[in-house]
Amino acid sequence: MTAATLDAGGAGRNLHYVAQKRRVREDRRFVAGTGKFVQDIALPDTKHAAVLPSPYSRARILSIDSTAAAALDGVHMVLTGQQMAEDCNPIRLGLKLPDIKWYPLAVDMTRYAGEWVAIVVADNAYIAEDALELIQVDYEPLAPVIDPEQAFDETDLLVHPDHGSNVLYHGNFLWGDVVGDFAAADDSLTLRTRWGRSSTVPIETFGALARWDEGTEILDIWASIQMPNFVELLATTLGYPLNNIRLHQDVDVGGSYGVKRGIKQSVLVGYLSRKLKRPVRLIEDRLVNMAGGDAHGPDRIFDTEAAFSRDGVIKSLKIRALDDAGAYPGRAPFQLAKPISAIVGPYTINSVKYEAISVATNKTGQVPVRGFGQAPTNYMIEMTVDAVARHLGLDRLEVRRRNLIPSDAFPYQIPSGSSYDSGDYQVVLQKGLDLARYDELLQRRDSARAEGRLAGIGIATCLEPGGGNNIFEYLMDPTAEITTFMEACEVKVDPQGKITGMMGTTTSGQGHETLFATILGEELQIDPDEIRIVHADSLTALPTRSPVASRMAIMLGGAATGAAAKIKDRAMAIAAFNLERPVEDLEYAGGTISDRNDASRKLTWAEICFIAYRAYHKLPPGMEPGFHAQHVFQVPGGGQLPDAQNRVQIYPCFSFQAHIPYVEIDPGTGKVSVLDYAIAHDCGTVINPDIVRGMVIGGLAHGIGAALYEQFAYDEEGQFLSASFADYLMPSVHEIPDVKDVEHCTPSPLTSHGQKGSGEGGYLGAPAAIASAVNDALQPMGLSLSELPMRMHKIEALINDGPG
Amino acid sequence: MSKREISLSINGKAHTAAMEPRLSLLDFLRDEVGLTGTHVGCEHGVCGACSILFDGAPIRACLMLAVQADGHAITTVEGLCNEDGSAGTLQDAFQDAHGMQCGYCTPGMLISAQALLAHNSDPSLAEIKDAIGGNLCRCTGYVQIIEAIQLAARRLREAGP
Ligand code: FES
Ligand code: FES
Repeated sequence: MTAATLDAGGAGRNLHYVAQKRRVREDRRFVAGTGKFVQDIALPDTKHAAVLPSPYSRARILSIDSTAAAALDGVHMVLTGQQMAEDCNPIRLGLKLPDIKWYPLAVDMTRYAGEWVAIVVADNAYIAEDALELIQVDYEPLAPVIDPEQAFDETDLLVHPDHGSNVLYHGNFLWGDVVGDFAAADDSLTLRTRWGRSSTVPIETFGALARWDEGTEILDIWASIQMPNFVELLATTLGYPLNNIRLHQDVDVGGSYGVKRGIKQSVLVGYLSRKLKRPVRLIEDRLVNMAGGDAHGPDRIFDTEAAFSRDGVIKSLKIRALDDAGAYPGRAPFQLAKPISAIVGPYTINSVKYEAISVATNKTGQVPVRGFGQAPTNYMIEMTVDAVARHLGLDRLEVRRRNLIPSDAFPYQIPSGSSYDSGDYQVVLQKGLDLARYDELLQRRDSARAEGRLAGIGIATCLEPGGGNNIFEYLMDPTAEITTFMEACEVKVDPQGKITGMMGTTTSGQGHETLFATILGEELQIDPDEIRIVHADSLTALPTRSPVASRMAIMLGGAATGAAAKIKDRAMAIAAFNLERPVEDLEYAGGTISDRNDASRKLTWAEICFIAYRAYHKLPPGMEPGFHAQHVFQVPGGGQLPDAQNRVQIYPCFSFQAHIPYVEIDPGTGKVSVLDYAIAHDCGTVINPDIVRGMVIGGLAHGIGAALYEQFAYDEEGQFLSASFADYLMPSVHEIPDVKDVEHCTPSPLTSHGQKGSGEGGYLGAPAAIASAVNDALQPMGLSLSELPMRMHKIEALINDGPG
Repeated sequence: MSKREISLSINGKAHTAAMEPRLSLLDFLRDEVGLTGTHVGCEHGVCGACSILFDGAPIRACLMLAVQADGHAITTVEGLCNEDGSAGTLQDAFQDAHGMQCGYCTPGMLISAQALLAHNSDPSLAEIKDAIGGNLCRCTGYVQIIEAIQLAARRLREAGP
């Protein structure tokens, strides 16, 4: 690819590094096997921890006898929840639920199968696991509450009796004239859809290593953690001042997509390392991770009512979402709030009533997962659109075309307050159809059907909100006046003129180092390969929140652009002073600054750097010596509290995708084969094409998993049935089709280079698209499914035994 | 527990070591030899993150004991680099095609691909899928990994035997 001219953020700039196919710098260490993952970090005298999971979903802990375990040769400590609770605070929850006490180890009571009840520290993990077998726990098993609808109604079986109810959150929102729109509509329908409990399941489990240094009173933590701001939770739980904790962020994280938070794990190793005065590490094994690693995603039932016209234009929605947060809610309830930012999807729906309920059950606690609740919501919206089409006997594609927000309507404000920044939905959909060769695909489906096969095409047109500002917390808790979720960086030019960018988060596969270097290179006109990127630790980093919400291209991109501008301003000021010319007469080109009217009057980058570091007498009066800049970037378009109707801008940027998969189903076994998949994607300006393409396709594959295979299943007793990769089915290469993808670019007017978010998009649409395809395949038999995952035994039972 | 001594070759170098018989080959390579490129994903033989070459054939280091490697030759991802430590052809192709994201499954993918390309420099799509069918990747959806292996195969063919 040659330097492309993109209408980036309306600037019409000639781009040299942004949007060019360039290698991803992180890849170099990964192919050599020299990435630095937490498990690769070896500190002298490190001790190893292993945890004891509860075999019961709900039980009273009558006693724990760890005498034999503690006596085992090589064991340094056995800790129980009771002992630990004396020394630490409960982990702070997202919502203020003071009677729900969440400790790293269960105290008195276990609330899900797999909850950690004790931890052993030993010379190595083998001995620690030997010791676990010697711990005697006396449990009194109790009846659990597993079904979320039962949990909602339940008054006796309470996960947290002190809380007085299993309901963690119950809110009602009304945007626009729902009653009027329903009354005026030609028709309406109701639909129940269910999103199953699955997650991102990174191939690396969670791990943490801690070392307490008595001399400096600093607790150093290395962890496979995505969230720099979780040191705040760590500090409050351990009861230490925040500046006693140093989270190292130069750790490679082996995948996260939301879940790598590891708060209880980090609290445990932090606490133990201080007690033992030695480094302690805890690396979850796969079974511990799946059952009790706090990494499950949303588990949601939607009851939706749609009002629409005879020709399929949807006027209004009434949505009731009941979400199963599991035993300890963390930030789970907020995953019901984010989708408010795109509650009508890409459609011109006029009004919405939204009832959001989060309940506790005796299952593993839910954590944020890729899209923060948007994937289930998109699934529900798309299923509703398909249902409207089916109800009216109209084509699904045509119904979408009639409902998509037109390209001349942007910025477009939806009923819940978001202003969508930009988009060209009809064109992107058409690109997807062209890529899929839709007419041929229809013929292929129909000839397959004529041969007696079950074949279906899926269609989903979905949004990906990016760059959120966290104001959704306020929607659920009006004491949470949080109106920023900033991101910052520092850029240093050293005495040799070389550039180092410092970011304040880890990277977990999104290529943030490449993103950062590319934007700095673009802005400073310097080859990004010459720019070094480092990760500051939590004590030295500037204010930063985390790589959630498809936000780093927007937010780190914005911070990098801002810092680069300050570097350039400084260089210009030095040049103006020394060349005795006004700044307006000067031109910056690749670091050299010259007079536009007389090119011989110039200052080279080396000269500017020398002056900045060594020649105080040549600095403009009042300028500090040295050469660096910091920039803290606020989320664009936000920063306000909601209005009286609870309308607010949560996310600045909205990416869009059209998914068109083709599937065939084996009627004998119910096995779905995804044979083809086309996706058209628009995230504005693409900073690095390979990175964006990878995340789009990877997210899509993840979505195929959520649609067809992946499930954290529990039986009626609350026994966890999906602890291994043999039970939790993650798609292998054989389950993923050859994906055809195409990009479209509608730049965002709100970001530095027109970029939007791209880390979640594939995942936010694929489950809806696959469900649409499966239902298209089942339609000739008059059958349909609305519950994910659509595992083969369910489809087989439906085909062979009929509904119910 | 009493220790047993073994001798083996790792990435072309001779090693002698003593260990408890229950030590897994994976933990031995990572914790005792210090070759942390081989990763731990499940320890029950499904994910393939721990793949290594054992006498040239791909195996899962989490399912073997270190003592079983006595007298055998092992190649880990570190051994795919050129003598000077630079990236080999396959590793180069993975970078050019961006056949990874978080890099956690990558060593296992490289090992499986290496085992394929060692005896087949013109693999079909189905052969590539079979070769990496036992390696899970959460990040990529496999497409760019397949493209990386195809690119490496082409470069190997162009370079000739
Ligand atoms: S760690 Fe060996 S196969 Fe997963
Ligand atoms: S690159 Fe992350 S698991 Fe494959």
